[in-house]
Amino acid sequence: MNAIETRGLNLWYGDFQALRDVTLSVEQGAVTALIGPSGCGKTTLLRCCNRINERNPAVRTTGEIRILDKNIYDPDVSPLELRKAVGMVFQRPNPLPVSIYENVVFGLRLHAPPEARTRAALDLAVEKALTEAGLWEDVKDKLGETATSLQLEQRQKLCIARLLPLQPDILLMDEPCAALDVTATENIEQLIRGWQGAYTTLIVTHNMAQARRVSDRSVFMLSGELVELGSTQQVFDEPKDPRTADYVAGRYG
Amino acid sequence: MSRFASTPAVEAKLRREAAAGAIFLGMLILILLPLFAIVAYLLWQAAPSLNWRFLFSAPTHGMREGGVWPAFIGTLYLVTLSLAVAAPIGVLAAVYLTEYARDNWFNRAVNMAVLNLAGVPSIVHALFGLGAFVYAARLGYSVLAASLTLAIMTMPVIIASTRQALLSVPHNFREACWNLGASRLQTIRTIVLPNAISGILTGIILQVSRAAGETAPIMFTGAVFYKAIDPGTLFPYALDEQCMALSMHLYTLSTQTPGVAASIPNATAVLLLALVFLVNSAAIGLRTILRSRGKW
Ligand SMILES: Nc1ncnc2c1ncn2[C@@H]1O[C@H](COP(=O)(O)OP(=O)(O)OP(=O)(O)O)[C@@H](O)[C@H]1O
Ligand SMILES: [Mg+2]
Repeated sequence: MNAIETRGLNLWYGDFQALRDVTLSVEQGAVTALIGPSGCGKTTLLRCCNRINERNPAVRTTGEIRILDKNIYDPDVSPLELRKAVGMVFQRPNPLPVSIYENVVFGLRLHAPPEARTRAALDLAVEKALTEAGLWEDVKDKLGETATSLQLEQRQKLCIARLLPLQPDILLMDEPCAALDVTATENIEQLIRGWQGAYTTLIVTHNMAQARRVSDRSVFMLSGELVELGSTQQVFDEPKDPRTADYVAGRYG
Repeated sequence: MSRFASTPAVEAKLRREAAAGAIFLGMLILILLPLFAIVAYLLWQAAPSLNWRFLFSAPTHGMREGGVWPAFIGTLYLVTLSLAVAAPIGVLAAVYLTEYARDNWFNRAVNMAVLNLAGVPSIVHALFGLGAFVYAARLGYSVLAASLTLAIMTMPVIIASTRQALLSVPHNFREACWNLGASRLQTIRTIVLPNAISGILTGIILQVSRAAGETAPIMFTGAVFYKAIDPGTLFPYALDEQCMALSMHLYTLSTQTPGVAASIPNATAVLLLALVFLVNSAAIGLRTILRSRGKW
């Protein structure tokens, strides 16, 4: 089964078409890199997968998107439930202006039934999520402090950690390392590789080396179109499309 | 010529810099001077009447002697009632306009209308209150009609300031919430309002001073020159009665009452100023507390 599947996906911002007939399949449990020059629609595609684009009234979409084999535009699909399963990490770490602890349990406070929100259950969830995000040792003594006391790398890890208590199936990561330095980037990459199929990861990156390091499969987009999709090794070393070859060789974008 | 040496052009630049600083300082003094002059003059003129008895007793001898208690209580009444109406409605309307309304021509028109209403002179609100509340709604000249008129006057400003406070909450907080599957209401309750609350309260409290200070809206709709009340009670006015108010009282003393000692209207003005000052200080204090609590 594919975790994400789109068929003939078109998207307009007002009159501007940002996605053109995108047909894509993202393998479950794999890490897929989404590459392409600036403005080609990577963020837009990501934001389709949890229907967050709908918050923008100028957006119009046609085509089909299936997440875990369910058409997310079916009338019985609630976007709020969908977003629990499809978490998103942004380019700029955006922790909420509350404590570290509250950031992590935020999702549970929104969704979990009251009996699952006992102090003990929340404590457990916090430790588990922060451990999984590689942040527990750093922050276990200052869970009550506001999230802005953290460094950039820690903030990004916190943004990852706050998705985990909701037990997402898919993590969408939009240039998660763009604001981070080399060491922090390495740490985040290590984290992603460490998931080992626990989550389906779709990661946007401008960093070719990063795409090679972390991903199993790669997707190349250009001007709103999907140009090539294949194993990372194939896309980088034996690209079928000359435009892909140009891009991965660094000849533009 | 040595490296880094000053040149005539640099000297001229520095002279202009000094002149500019002096002019800005001069303007500041020009603003502060009359302000201090007013306060000093008021205090000096009011000195003979400034005592607790003045605050707690009723006017006597055709308002030429005695205190201002009925007017003081009346002002508290009007301000509290009007804000009890205007604040919740105004804040909820602002939440709708910022968090729910789509960006279409209708809502842009509503926003423009609100901003324009906020700039309408109080006498216009007074006339509206007279027509709408006193006559059409048959409330008569009453505390209720006057309070509602003040509410109509303050509401657009509360909407505008609340909107400003809500808009100053960074959009990426909302995005973060939505992406965790929060509904709009949950986002507003858990993140937007807590981060905007200090700005919202400041906006509301600033309207307290405005409601307390305006004369026209209440003069047309429910404030009277004089009304005898039982000095012992805290709630001397019924909603359908007329009441006295400080701003109205000041107007009466200054223009309609011959032979009044200068200290009485001046002391009334000092009291009004003190009230405004107190309320504004409370606003600043509250904001500081809320800011430091929600610090992040
Ligand atoms: N909210 C919006 N309204 C209108 N146009 C938009 C909006 N967001 C993106 N676009 C346009 O859609 C196109 C795709 O944008 P998108 O952000 O998806 O690109 P991207 O591939 O993520 O680029 P980058 O690598 O710079 O992040 C761009 O041309 C952009 O100008
Ligand atoms: Mg992008």
